[in-house]
Parts: sequence; structure tokens; C-alpha cells
Amino acid sequence: MRPRQLAFALLLTLGGGAQAATVLIRDATVHTVTDAGVRPHTDILIRDGYVVELGQALRAPADAVLIEAAGRAVTPGLFGGAGHLGIEEIGLEPTVDDYALKLGSMRPEFDVTPAFDPDSVVLGVGRLGGVSFAQLAPTAESGGKGAGGTIIAGQGALVRLDGTVANTRALFIATGGAANALSGDTRAAQFMLLQQALTEVHAPKLLLANDARLLTPAGRQALADYSAGARCVVFDVNRASDIRQVLAFAKREHLRAALRGADEAWRVAAELAAAGVPVLLDPLDDLPESFDSVGATLENAARLQRAGVKIAFSFNDPQPHNIRKLRQGAGIAVAHGLPREAALAALTRNPAEIFGVADRNGSIARGRVADLVLWSGDPLEVTSLADEVFIQGVRQSMHSRQTELRDRYLPKLRAHAAR
Amino acid sequence: MTKLLSFIATLLLCGCAAQASKPAHAAPTPQAAVPAHAGLYPSTYQVPQSAPTLIRNATVLTGTGARLEHADVLMVAGKVSAVGTALGAPAGALEIDGTDRWVTPGLIDVHSHLGVYPSPQVDANSDGNEATAPSTANVWAEHSVWPQDPGFRTALAGGITTLQILPGSANLIGGRSVVLKNVPSVTYQGMKFPDAPQGLKMACGENPKRVYGKAKGVFPETRMGNMAGYRAQWAEAQEYRRDQEEYQKKLAAGGKEAKDAKPPKRDLRLDTLAAALQGDIIVHMHCYRADEMAAVLDMSQEFGYHVAAFHHAVEAYKISDLLAEHGVCAAMWADWWGFKMEAYDGIPENIAFIDAAPEGCAIVHSDSEEGIQRLNQEAAKAMTYGARAGLSVPPERAIRWLTANPAKSLGLLARVGTLEAGKMADLVVWNGTPFSVYAQADLVFIDGALRFDRAHPESAPPSDFLLGQPAAPGASP
Repeated sequence: MRPRQLAFALLLTLGGGAQAATVLIRDATVHTVTDAGVRPHTDILIRDGYVVELGQALRAPADAVLIEAAGRAVTPGLFGGAGHLGIEEIGLEPTVDDYALKLGSMRPEFDVTPAFDPDSVVLGVGRLGGVSFAQLAPTAESGGKGAGGTIIAGQGALVRLDGTVANTRALFIATGGAANALSGDTRAAQFMLLQQALTEVHAPKLLLANDARLLTPAGRQALADYSAGARCVVFDVNRASDIRQVLAFAKREHLRAALRGADEAWRVAAELAAAGVPVLLDPLDDLPESFDSVGATLENAARLQRAGVKIAFSFNDPQPHNIRKLRQGAGIAVAHGLPREAALAALTRNPAEIFGVADRNGSIARGRVADLVLWSGDPLEVTSLADEVFIQGVRQSMHSRQTELRDRYLPKLRAHAAR
Repeated sequence: MTKLLSFIATLLLCGCAAQASKPAHAAPTPQAAVPAHAGLYPSTYQVPQSAPTLIRNATVLTGTGARLEHADVLMVAGKVSAVGTALGAPAGALEIDGTDRWVTPGLIDVHSHLGVYPSPQVDANSDGNEATAPSTANVWAEHSVWPQDPGFRTALAGGITTLQILPGSANLIGGRSVVLKNVPSVTYQGMKFPDAPQGLKMACGENPKRVYGKAKGVFPETRMGNMAGYRAQWAEAQEYRRDQEEYQKKLAAGGKEAKDAKPPKRDLRLDTLAAALQGDIIVHMHCYRADEMAAVLDMSQEFGYHVAAFHHAVEAYKISDLLAEHGVCAAMWADWWGFKMEAYDGIPENIAFIDAAPEGCAIVHSDSEEGIQRLNQEAAKAMTYGARAGLSVPPERAIRWLTANPAKSLGLLARVGTLEAGKMADLVVWNGTPFSVYAQADLVFIDGALRFDRAHPESAPPSDFLLGQPAAPGASP
């Protein structure tokens, strides 16, 4: 499908009266997150969901909505991390928490995407924070009312905060001490189980008659899609020695691996860079929250970036309610040595590359989807807010359930203050 | 605080006077009806010797609401000696260039579980909730504090000089809190803020319901059960107090009555509750929903005690007037919401709302080993969202959310929380405005002693736990 047709198809799914108009943003400081770098005094022309022109003193088409940026920063829409956006409306409530499969058997074919609720109010709160895309990540959990999960949590799509779902998938696997309860109480069994599962994929006839097989036929097919190396397999892992195990396993099985958590990744930075394995890290981790994370430091991001490892930010806590805070984490990484534009890339282009949408999202250039944020100040600063958010060229409402609550109680406060 | 100090002083005086004149075999000396047991498990913290220190030419937020440009702060013998311009340096004074830097009082977190839920989060050190009965007013958080929690040091690097360690919120009544100075020590007594009142941790809403109720098949299972649970405890404490007073009266009467008087059986749980009713232990209550806070305020009227602060208080903005009328502080996050049903209505303007209410008392708290490292940034977010809603708060006022207001809720405002002559010299020198994502505490002083120097990480030694760990990131503060 040609880009324009694709955009049209996507727009059809939007509904709700949101329309992609022609928009000209004038005189912005554009953080392209491409080789073009930061471009001052630049105009952006958006049409049919795409950035169609990027330049200086662009002529406004007759039908264009004009937005005067007056020098303010424009960045690509931000990444909200890999977590539970739209699959966990409220914590601790089983009827609105769809992120963990607990059937007791290994089900790589489990795809959490059908549970995604584009009407979740969490999306609106994230949009106001300048977040335009996130990766759905199911969680591997033991216990619960079912028979428990396994170390293979399952798959999820990349979603945009206008409620649309990209045609991508990534697979999530839990390893390390936190997953011991899912692998017979030892992390050594994690690689034993994964190896068996992949052996079943590679040699299904050998094991079809075997009652002890781990996977269903659908599971073997699902895992085969990943073992071809086309899609990303995300490993939760923190300890340096566990990271080495993951790297060796991924290499042996030709997996396109990414790490999530990775508190001690800086200790194996050179190996990660050599293997070309990217890291999704929590920029706020600096305590030994477990024995797997004794090496946690706020300099993890800067050290990995210096070593040539591709980094993206993602909170370890998958709860989606405060994904707007990831931007603050990026700023803190800057305060601890990460170059500013590298921090912005870790919130935009890098996660788009990791999850397979970089040809459309994560940077600002002609032909890219117009996922843009106009900021009131420095995009990474806690004193800045998003003034305008565009997703697929559509100017987003700057209201959310939170602003509705605020506006309901503001008059009462003013009346009280005036007494 | 003044009240408690005078109470302690009275106790001490009584003790000494009685000792001097007490004839042998006399009846026990009358004391306050229910002792708060101040003085037990005493602080062993000693203010270290430090040279007079003069910080010159900084932007100073005093915590009293003032912002002074190109100002100096002089610390002598552990106290703030003077704040002003062109101060003279005493002989031998250490001088620090404050140009382009900001100085604030040391930050105070009223809600921390450092030490009781330490890193690493292993079962063996999970000591924050005595979740074996809905009221455990008998337990003291200080008896769980592990001083080697590496989180104390990372909090120090964020400018935290004083923190209240609370029991968790599993129980209706969780136990006594302790206020600590954020100094390295092998024992918790070495961190204990001298003569600080203890607090009482209580909890509303979902947590006690979830921990008890259906999970354990015991009371309470509902919010009405929660309320009945607290009320039963308070009623019992009132009775205990009456018995104590009765006993004291008999003792005071002297003669045969005093001789025959039997002391009521000591009950550690009721000791705490009675002292809270008396105002000697300060009540801090975890509560999210506006309607529940209102019910608790009515309960405080019923039993005649004061709630110092509602903690978390994500719906405080709905009752900012009611909280102000009752003189209750709200200790809040900047932007947490949605992690459970009672947090669904959280808004990032909550803090600014409470601040804007006349006589409102807003506090920024953490309840998190991560958040405690950057309370200044939490405040910055609250300022930013507030400004967008038309509730602008200047830095000199916002700093009070992290300094003077928490000090007030802890009963310590007479001693810390502002930079005023005579107060403890707890202060932070920031690399610029603290209300920024790039802000860093360059220097942190506690009682005039330099406890953290970002340029010299060895100034704040790592926890014993991190020694000899090959993975420990030695280079990182």
C-alpha cells in the first residue's frame, strides 16, 4: 500500500470526528531526530496525516490551519515505554487488567493486542504528556487464580495514542531472579525451557509424539515467526551474567533480541554493542532493588550510549498511568551524562526502530507520519508541557479525564479562595 | 512540638525533683496520665564538630516564603547563624561560592519506607507491615529500620536531610513512625532526630480491606468495617486513658487510697493510641478519597484528636476547603494516579489546589525510594500544572511544600524547615534552580556538617551492603 492509501485506511479507523486537516506549524525549533539534527525557525506542513514539507518560510496552502510556534520546540511524538497501556485501566482490578496470561502452559502464541482498549482514559492522559506511541507488553506472572504463567509472557503490538494499532508484534520473555518462580525456582531452567521450546520449533516431528512437549502447534508457529529474526524478542533481564546468557542464546538461535530493564547493561556494554542488541532501560533505576541490580546507576544510559549501544527508555513498572513521566527520566539521564539529542532519540527514533515502525514514526522528515508535539519549553524539562499534540496528522484534543476533574473543582476552589 | 518539648521537660523535672526528695517506700510519683514514653530508645545522634561555614552570593529560598538574591547564609556550631547580604565571615570560616547556585532548607520527606522496605527488596528485610492484625499500634517502625538501606544515601544526594519512616498501610492502625536525620549510622538510634515526636500511621480504604476481609476471612472487609475498626480502637484507648487517670488520681490523693491503688495493666497498643488522643503522638493518615477523609475528620471530632496530615490524598483537591478549615495538611505526589481504584481521580494540579486554598497546607511526599531522590522535581511538576490552571506558585512559596510544611506536620517547625537564625543548619546548595529536571544537589549540610559533596562522592560513603560487590557502580553518586 502506498503511504497515502495507508494513511487513508488508518484514518478510516479513527472515527470520533477527528480529522486530519492541512496544518502549517510556523517558526518552530524542530528536533528532527534524524541526521538533519535540530533545525531552528523551521516550518512543518502536515497533510493527510504526513509531514509533506519541512523548510523555511513555507507558503501556507489556502485550507491550512496555521499554528505559530514562535520558536517553541517541536519533537516527534514520544514513546511511552513497553507496558500495559490500554490493557490495565486500573491496577489491582482483575476485570480491567488483561496483561497476564495464567493458563499454566507456555503460550508464545498469546497476543495481548485484542485486549487493547482505545477508549481507556489512560491514553488521553498520556497524549497530554506528549506520548504518541507505546509498545504493548504482556507480563509473565506466577500465581493468581489460574494455573500461573510461564517465562514466555506473550506478544503485543505497537499502539498509537490515538487508539490505532500498528501491524507489528514483539515477544516478551522474563528471565533472571524475578522470574525464578516461573521456571521451577531456578534461573538456569529458563534457558533450558527456552531451548526446548525452540527445539520443538525446529524439529516438530521429533517431539510431536512426546507428551512432555511445551508448545501447542500454534505456539510452535508463533515462535517460528520470531526465530527467523524478523521480529523483536524482548528479554527482561538485569544481572550482567544473565545478560551474557541472553546474548549467547539469542546468537545461537538467531533471535533479534532486545533487553528490558538491563540495570547492569553498562557492565557488558561492549558486548551489547558488538552484538547490536538494543536496550530498553529505566532511566530512574539507581538502587540495588534486587541482587540482580546491584550495579544499577543513573549513568547506565550515558555509558551505554557512549559504547554505541542503542538505548530506549521504558519504565520497569509496566503500569501505564504515568508514562508521561518517562520524559522526566530522559532529562535525568541528561543530568547524568547523556547528550540531550541522544536522550530524545531514546524516546522517539530508537524505540521506533526497535519495534519496527521507524520508517513511519519516531523522527520528523518528509514522508514520515505526522506524530508531533509542540512544547511550551525544553522538551525534557519538568517545567514544560505539551501545547499541541498531533498523531497521524490529527490535532489532538488537549482534554482528558484529568482536565475534566480539574475543571469541575476549580470553580469551588476559586469561590473558597475569594471568601 | 513546643507542647511535646514542655511535656518532656515536665517529665524530666518531675523525675529529678522526686528523686531528690523522695522518701523510701513512698508511693509512685504521679505522672502524666499516659506517658508517650519519650526518652525510650533515645537518639544517640551527635551533632559533629564543624567549622563555621559561609555560603556567599546565592539565590536563597528561606522556606519562610522569602527569596533573597545575592544572599549569604552563615552556619555556626550546627545552627543557622544569619541569612542576609554581605555577611562577615568569622575567623576560620569555610567560604563557599554560591554564585549561580540556589540554597534551600534541607528537604523533608514525611512519607518514607526507607529502612523498613529497604533495597534489596528481599523477603528477609521486608519489615514494613505487621500485617497480622488490623490494629498494631504497639509496633514501632524504628524497630524495623535497617540503617544500611542504600536508599538513604541516594535520598541524601537528592537533598533529603530529614525523613519520617512509617509503617506500611496494610493495617487500619499500623504503628508508630520515627523521624530520622539522614546521616550514616550503624544503629537507627544514631539517625534518630533528637526529641522528635513519634507519629501514628493509620490507613483508609482499599489496603486494609484487601489485606484482611476476603483474603484472611477476618474483619474488616468494607470501608464501613474500616471505620468501625478505628472507632473501636479509639473507644478502647479512651477507656484505658480513664483507667490511667483514675489510678493517677488515687496516687495523688495519697494515704490509704494511694497505697491500695493498683496500676492498670500495661498495654503497648493502647499506650500508643492513648498518647495519640492526648496529642503527644502525631496522627498521620493514609487516605485517598475525599469522602473517606471527611469521615475521618468527623471521627477525629468524635474522639477529640487531631489529624496532622492525610498522606497520598489524591482527592484532596475536592475538599481543599474542608482540609484547610480543620488545619490538616495534605501530603501528596505530583502525578501518581490510577494504580488502584481509589487513585483513579488523581490530577497533577492536586498540590497547587491545596496550596491555593486559604490556610491550605500542601506537602510533597514520596512514599518511594525513587521519588525521595527528587522531591524538588515533583514540586516543579506541580508548579507547572498549577500555572497552566491559573494557580501560579513562585519558587519561594513552592519550596515550603518540601521544607516548612512537612516540618510543621511533624511538629518540628520550631527546629527545622526554614533558614532562620537559631534553627538546625540543614540546607542544600543546588547547582541552579531546584525546580528543574537538571537540578542537582551539589552540597548537603545537616546540622552544619557537610554530609554530601557531589564533587567528592567519598563524602557520603556507600552502605555496608555495597562494599565488595563487584557490580556496585562505584563511580556513581
